Amino acid sequence: MIRARGLEKRYGRRRVLGGIDLDLSRDGFLVVIGANGSGKTTLLRLLTGLAAPTRGTLEVDVDRGGIGLLAHEPLVYRELTGLENLDLFGRLYRVPERRERIGMLLERYGLWEARNERVASYSRGMAQRLALCRTLLHEPELLVLDEPYASLDEEGAGLLDRELSELAGSRTVVVATHDPARLAPLVTSRLALG
Amino acid sequence: MTYLADVAALARKDLKVELRARDTLPAMLLFVLSTLVIFHFALPSDTGDDAAYGLLWVAIVFTALLGLARAWVPEHEHGVLDGLVLAPCDRSAIWLGKTLATLAFLLAAEVVALPAFALFFAPLNATALVAVVLVDIGICAVGSLLAAMAAAGRARELLLPLLFLPLAIPLVVGGVGAAISPEGGRYLLLLALYDGVFAVLSWASFEYVVTE
Amino acid sequence: MGLAIVLALIVAPEDLDQGVSQRIFYIHVPIALTAYFCFGLGAWKALLLLWRGEERYDLESYVAIHQGTIFGVLTLVTGSIWAKASWGHWWLWSEDQLVLFLVLFLFYCAYFMLRFSLEEGPRRARSSAVYALFGVVLIPVSFLAIRLAEGLIHPTVFTREGPQMSGSMFATFCVSWAAVTLLAYVLYRVELVGKRLDADLRELREALR
Repeated sequence: MIRARGLEKRYGRRRVLGGIDLDLSRDGFLVVIGANGSGKTTLLRLLTGLAAPTRGTLEVDVDRGGIGLLAHEPLVYRELTGLENLDLFGRLYRVPERRERIGMLLERYGLWEARNERVASYSRGMAQRLALCRTLLHEPELLVLDEPYASLDEEGAGLLDRELSELAGSRTVVVATHDPARLAPLVTSRLALG
Repeated sequence: MTYLADVAALARKDLKVELRARDTLPAMLLFVLSTLVIFHFALPSDTGDDAAYGLLWVAIVFTALLGLARAWVPEHEHGVLDGLVLAPCDRSAIWLGKTLATLAFLLAAEVVALPAFALFFAPLNATALVAVVLVDIGICAVGSLLAAMAAAGRARELLLPLLFLPLAIPLVVGGVGAAISPEGGRYLLLLALYDGVFAVLSWASFEYVVTE
Repeated sequence: MGLAIVLALIVAPEDLDQGVSQRIFYIHVPIALTAYFCFGLGAWKALLLLWRGEERYDLESYVAIHQGTIFGVLTLVTGSIWAKASWGHWWLWSEDQLVLFLVLFLFYCAYFMLRFSLEEGPRRARSSAVYALFGVVLIPVSFLAIRLAEGLIHPTVFTREGPQMSGSMFATFCVSWAAVTLLAYVLYRVELVGKRLDADLRELREALR
């Protein structure tokens, strides 16, 4: 599913990621660990196609519509409501039975009551939960999570744990985290950076 | 067809965001009116209408710049632009949606500004009005792209006008010519040419500006 | 080699028996043409960058545009001198070429501001490339606009007769043009090599750290 050889990313003269080799088969669960600044986020951006490698090869066997990214930022519009945000991304990702799926996700992540309020009024944890809904909306084959537990509240973290254990084995998952122990039972491979 | 549906969804989103935030459009309105009043005081009493027509286009360009400076701000809060770029839709649809929305705001500001201009200075004929629309299209098409470019760097408020003003020169020439010359048609043709060429160029190159 | 070029440049104008204004013409026009060529080269390299994605095109495009801007400034200066010598004014709005170069000068200065404002990396390379392409498209559109503007605002007071060039004058012109082009090429290569060395040196330092 993912294959990388000698993967390197430089921004001008700054080398952010160097000489990574990676193999992840379909439905594998990869955890990426490393100190801050070791290039975890950059690697994830490369995997999702948001950035292109400076050197080396990277093959990801999934097209854009099949990738879901949960980043540090929630990647949702502040001025739109939770529902409007998901509706927009649902359209862009051509999600079938959009309304039902959105409703189901909002319920599952405890955002149904807040669905018609602007994201600006959400707490950080709620916004990140909405981001999680956005990530899962189109049932991506490749799920990429960048330090997901860092900005989720306790409720959200629990929901994410449940979601990941359900998805492990039927989707390919890549998680960058400071807390690998939490996911240990699901992990099939590890990569340490820096 | 899905391309147009994407564009519509994105443009709608921009209109909604502005309607809720309500900061850019009122600012543009106030700015253009204030500018027109300043122009009145800036012109000596014996200058003809022609000078006023010239200044109209200056007012429009700078009002548009005000709006364009804020155009991509919603996408940079919470990093939404990444979310849009990740989506399977064509990246140029993002540009087109944004351009259409910005155009709508500029036209809305002009609905107030143009009658004000006619009131303070001199009447506008049909050719001038067509020119306004064509100039708006040019400004928004190129401006959306440049604003996205500038937003990635530091001093983005300073950079956008610098990048944009040289490109605005043919637009100002076209606009002024359409308003005051007896052969207004030629100038409309210039504007149409500018719009055609630069809109296509902006549409095609947006992809490269938002990806790395 | 550079010396030979400079000599050629000086010899060529001295061949003439016309006044100062004619002499400037032999430098002014080749410099203008070279500036256009450099901008075109910069845009071509930019296109290659976007199309093929190889990093080196960014530097090549940048250097070409840098050269173009230098020659652009020289065009403005020599053009201004020519205007003063021929018609007694340091600036003429009716001189299409001169006005065009003023617009281009502003545009390409903004190009450098863009590069200065963005962090090094693929984003800067791509944005610069797109802007370079806009520049080259702006050249004809601007020229058209300036032509049309002339009729509007500044009626042509000075009738300009294109210099009729006799055989020997034409030959001199060609020599001058070749010399300026060669000079531009040498400067381009020198700057490119210099910048590449710079980049390689920095990379080495990074790697050794």
